[in-house]
Amino acid sequence: MKKNIKIFFSLYTEGFRNLSTLGKKLWILIFIKLFIMFVILKIFFFPNFLGSKFDTSEEKSNYILNILTKQSEKND
Amino acid sequence: MTEADISLVDWSRAQFALTAMYHWIFVPLTLGLAFIVAIMETIYVRTGNEEWKRLTKFWMTLFGINFAIGVATGIILEFEFGTNWSNYSWLVGDIFGAPLAVEGIMAFFLESTFIAVMFFGWNKVSKKFHLVSTWLVAIGSNLSALWILVANGWMQSPVGMRFNPDTARSEMENFWDVLFSPVAINKFLHTISSGYVVGSLFVVGISAWYILKGRHILFAKRSMIIAAIFGLISSIFIALTGDGSAYQVGKVQPMKLAAMEGLYEGEEGTDLVVFGIMNGGKQITPDKEKQKENDDYLFAIKIPKMLSLLTARDANAFVPGINDLLYGNEEYGIESTESKMAKGKIAIKALYDYKEAKKNGDLVAAEDYRKTLEENYSYFGYGFFETPEEAVPPINLTFYSFHIMVGLGFFFIGFLMLIIWLNLKNKIEKQKLILRLAVPTIFLGYLASMLGWIVAEVGRQPWAIQDILPVKMATSHISTSSVQITFWLFAALFTVLLIAEVSIMLRQIKIGPKEGGQ
Repeated sequence: MKKNIKIFFSLYTEGFRNLSTLGKKLWILIFIKLFIMFVILKIFFFPNFLGSKFDTSEEKSNYILNILTKQSEKND
Repeated sequence: MTEADISLVDWSRAQFALTAMYHWIFVPLTLGLAFIVAIMETIYVRTGNEEWKRLTKFWMTLFGINFAIGVATGIILEFEFGTNWSNYSWLVGDIFGAPLAVEGIMAFFLESTFIAVMFFGWNKVSKKFHLVSTWLVAIGSNLSALWILVANGWMQSPVGMRFNPDTARSEMENFWDVLFSPVAINKFLHTISSGYVVGSLFVVGISAWYILKGRHILFAKRSMIIAAIFGLISSIFIALTGDGSAYQVGKVQPMKLAAMEGLYEGEEGTDLVVFGIMNGGKQITPDKEKQKENDDYLFAIKIPKMLSLLTARDANAFVPGINDLLYGNEEYGIESTESKMAKGKIAIKALYDYKEAKKNGDLVAAEDYRKTLEENYSYFGYGFFETPEEAVPPINLTFYSFHIMVGLGFFFIGFLMLIIWLNLKNKIEKQKLILRLAVPTIFLGYLASMLGWIVAEVGRQPWAIQDILPVKMATSHISTSSVQITFWLFAALFTVLLIAEVSIMLRQIKIGPKEGGQ
């Protein structure tokens, strides 16, 4: 069992250590892309709309219910 | 403000379309190439022939490039759900939660674990274990697609759920109804097999290029025959699942079907348009006389009664047209959109009254309103329409997308049969015209796949959730300019990534397969 775990981890460590030029280039691209997506886009451009306006699920439900039923409120 | 302004809705839709279509550049190739690589490796393990290992490693490298650049591009869609489509996200949250969570676990554990073995495991693990890992990556990628497509299938045909008027959320009543919805199953099979064809055409096209250049001839011919056989089987399977999809569309989204066929007036024994040019002068109108003034098509080649047969399994069945669905057809028991709008408004009013009764502590009245809501909930979304004509999707775009997609599908069957035949007769090297045609056919594969999504998504407009939530009610009330900014940001980011993908891929293709691979 211990031996298998060792082999499993060596797969990753040696794999990354011996990456080809292409492999390195792809990993750099992946990290740049993930950084742009999760750090720049998500934080600065894609806040959770309901999460940023309301704290509780009840508040969020009421907000959506109000939007869905606004036409009835007007006609009431 | 009850509904978002049109420009916000359009920009939000444009942004979602941009990100989804960009994501879909990578997904089909991953789905298809993964299986082609697994088949090649299986031959290597069974024969012990090192040439097949070389093949496997080369196509695995291209698979890796595509996977690396495409990975996580789908996450952006989830960002958009939370920011631009919060009304929709809230309403469907409980339904999407389960499939997307399973997808996350599948994608992360299955793919990311075995993909490491696939790339780093040569000479580290046994041949058989490596082969199993390659197959698990292929199966894992396809299972990931399953959950996303189940979620999409639910939007087209919302089954297995119940709307909770207290929380304004859809709650899952039966997971199996959602998973095994005929719409979802057909969608899954049709979509993944389109990925297999894209992967096959990719391998055939690049192999053809090598043969044209006189490089790696044996390697290219072997790659080509494997991909062509896999692609042909997949193409035939697509035709079958396409038939299943169209049958389901006829049952649950008849307006989409009418738009796909450009059918304004329904009739018994409806013909199927094989090729046609739509009549721009045709109008949607409740006036029966005006409806008959112009033909639906300027020119059309049709197969008699085939549409009735395909969509109802009865050659003489009545297939409703756009005008029947909008203005009703008493003879065939088709309810008008106006009648559905009235029921939708009753449902919305009942939801409002329920909310007020609960607030006032009148539980008896609340229970009555809840029952009224439940009785009319299947028409809920129609209550947001101002005119019945809002129920019509863009007809020309849906019609042409559908017909070009189907035409390309049949072209691929013929083309791949020809490629197989020429290979078996050992004549492929001399057929320069066919080889030259194979290279741009790679892009036709992508085109067909994209058009399929246009049919699925544009054809179901105006709905975010069929009959329940129109897109104009699904968007967040945010500023249009913020969506415009992120639209252009994405367009720039995606363009850069696409240029990176294409240039890395082309460089690798030019280098070609090496002894020992990458």
